[in-house]
Amino acid sequence: MANMQATKTPMPEQDPNVRNKNFKEVTLGYTAEMAINEAKRCLQCKKPHCVEGCPVNIHIPEFIHEVAEGNFEKAYEIITDTNALPALSGRVCPQETQCESKCVRGNKGEPVAIGRLERFVADWYRENINAMPKKAESNGIKVAVVGSGPSGLTCASLLAKKGYAVSLFEALHTAGGVLVYGIPEFRLPKAIVANEVEKLKAQGVEVMTDMVIGKVLSIDELFEMGFKAVFIGSGAGLPMFMHIPGESLKGVCSANEYLTRINLMKAYLEESDTPILHSKAAAIVGGGNVAMDAARCAKRMGTDKVYIVYRRGEAEMPARLEEQHHAKEEGIEFLTLTNPTEILGGEDGRVCGMKCIKMELGEPDASGRRRPIPIEGSEFVLDVDMVIMSLGTSPNPLIRSTTPGLETNKKGGIIVDENEMSTRENVFAGGDAVTGAATVILAMGAGKKAAEAIDRKLQGK
Amino acid sequence: MYKIVRKKELNAAVTYMEIEAPFVARKAKAGQFIIFRVDEKSERVPLTIAGYDREKGTVAIIFQKVGLSTEMLGSLNEGDYIQDFVGPLGKPTDVEGKKRVCVVGGGVGCAIAYPSAKAFKEAGVETDVIVGFRNKDIVILEDEFKQACDHLYLMTDDGSYGEHGFVTVKLQQLLESGIQYDEVLAIGPIPMMKFVSKTTEPFGVKTVVSLNPIMVDGTGMCGGCRVTVGGEVKFACVDGPDFDGHKVDYDELMSRNSVYREREAEERKTHICRIQKMGEELIK
Repeated sequence: MANMQATKTPMPEQDPNVRNKNFKEVTLGYTAEMAINEAKRCLQCKKPHCVEGCPVNIHIPEFIHEVAEGNFEKAYEIITDTNALPALSGRVCPQETQCESKCVRGNKGEPVAIGRLERFVADWYRENINAMPKKAESNGIKVAVVGSGPSGLTCASLLAKKGYAVSLFEALHTAGGVLVYGIPEFRLPKAIVANEVEKLKAQGVEVMTDMVIGKVLSIDELFEMGFKAVFIGSGAGLPMFMHIPGESLKGVCSANEYLTRINLMKAYLEESDTPILHSKAAAIVGGGNVAMDAARCAKRMGTDKVYIVYRRGEAEMPARLEEQHHAKEEGIEFLTLTNPTEILGGEDGRVCGMKCIKMELGEPDASGRRRPIPIEGSEFVLDVDMVIMSLGTSPNPLIRSTTPGLETNKKGGIIVDENEMSTRENVFAGGDAVTGAATVILAMGAGKKAAEAIDRKLQGK
Repeated sequence: MYKIVRKKELNAAVTYMEIEAPFVARKAKAGQFIIFRVDEKSERVPLTIAGYDREKGTVAIIFQKVGLSTEMLGSLNEGDYIQDFVGPLGKPTDVEGKKRVCVVGGGVGCAIAYPSAKAFKEAGVETDVIVGFRNKDIVILEDEFKQACDHLYLMTDDGSYGEHGFVTVKLQQLLESGIQYDEVLAIGPIPMMKFVSKTTEPFGVKTVVSLNPIMVDGTGMCGGCRVTVGGEVKFACVDGPDFDGHKVDYDELMSRNSVYREREAEERKTHICRIQKMGEELIK
């Protein structure tokens, strides 16, 4: 008999007023008891819609059935059959718009907490078994994967499973892409990402850091070196700025820079040599998940007042609801329908305020969201000494500008066919490098699809 | 890990090193830079490539000990390893299609001016070089420059060696003498590049400067190195580091470069123990 409790089994988390002063993980995860209790809420549908909602089509009812029975190792095997990185996706997926949005229990009450269960299984496995995957029998075929973010990690892992000799090229000094430089420790502990990279190495994947493809090696040179196919998962890391006066003042930076200093360079730790801006009052401009991450980091760095400044309304915010709630609980103030027009500086060249204008919503624009229109005469000055621009990112031009014949769209995304193959023979691409900034799980889905397409292509199937 | 295969002190503050980095050496060109990281706790610091040996697979860097990271690098010796050495980054110096150029180097900036002068000379361009130092004691690369150009003018601020005066004095003389340069390339402290650009402006001579803003990743993903050139925002790590000297906002660059100064001074005091510790571990 299923557990008919209408709401999700709650997951313990750190108290907001404690956690906004440390970088430890906010949510603490289920105990085995909680997981079994939650798993019993699953009705084991004959036609499970949740699976359709998952970009990598995890066999959800099957793994949840094993959790309910207490067979956590079996559950892990079922998940990793289709998803190489469950500890990551269980934490950072927007389940509310994916698997959980299709769960029938959601029609009356809350859906089954699929994400939390996935995370529990992955954490349980890492803490209790943590067996490194075995190396598959080699087929001797070399494949290069460019970029070690979610799409690259997934693609490399699946290809290694099939016996390919995979080399993974990463431009930074640590593998993981946005998982290490973007998403903060308090949402995704870096030890978990490192563990996934160790698993890749155990599978025989050669992980090469400090390799800026497009500079140190071109895509053509990779083929000359004997790679039979290349997967480009280089992401969308190019930050946008507003081009308003004062944006070059000291104390203005992109969210990418702020987050890279904190997460990758560990600037929040006393022992790190990388400096970071300290602030009394900070404005984070933008309303996406990255803006929430930057705001919550700023709070943890001891910033007294942290504002999210967003030109549309709260309903239009692209950030996950859960992230918005967490940010508010931690004391971050939301200034919606507000847009900066100028950043003000003192004689020392430092930020001493931000001029803003109030907005109202007009007709929907091309993106389907109501267009914000400035309200005349509503200007005011926000008292801040740091401004973090979190306006979105676009694909980095480094690879497309050094690869002849690789076609991209107007926004710089690599153009691919239904098999994720680009306009260059045997060059595949996926994730943000194709779509522009999107989600971790979509990138993982693209990496999975590309691995399958590469296998079909190289095996002549 | 990257091995230090050669180390030489050029003067009391400036060090030359060759690092084993075959991938970087294969592609390196004059004007490009690398980013290094000494150990796991270190920051990422950009340095311009001072030379390379494609066969030996080594890349040369020349640096001045100005802060924690350069002190730490300078405390290492031949045979030691550093954590990271990434490159080549940025666009190379454009040497094509020129008949005569003047390369102007200031202080440790001469280390960067040298490979560019050499690249011009090797491309068959008539190359004049003006190098400037505060005094005789800090002169570097004199013999190397002699090999890499047609005319070398060595200046010291106090007249203790070579000719007396700033590099701009010599540059003004050469321009007034009627020499037609296709390009002047200036590399050194920001005020020096600013004044070189001011000197060439009335003569209408194309002037290129190699900018040195604060960087983190060096691949275009953070914008920490953004500079304003001709009213437009550019990322020095991917769009540069070379830019039109007549269009750069030097005052903004100078201001932005000071953003972490207090923190850096503090770091140097409190973290100096790390350098000592590193030294002790190496002795063990």
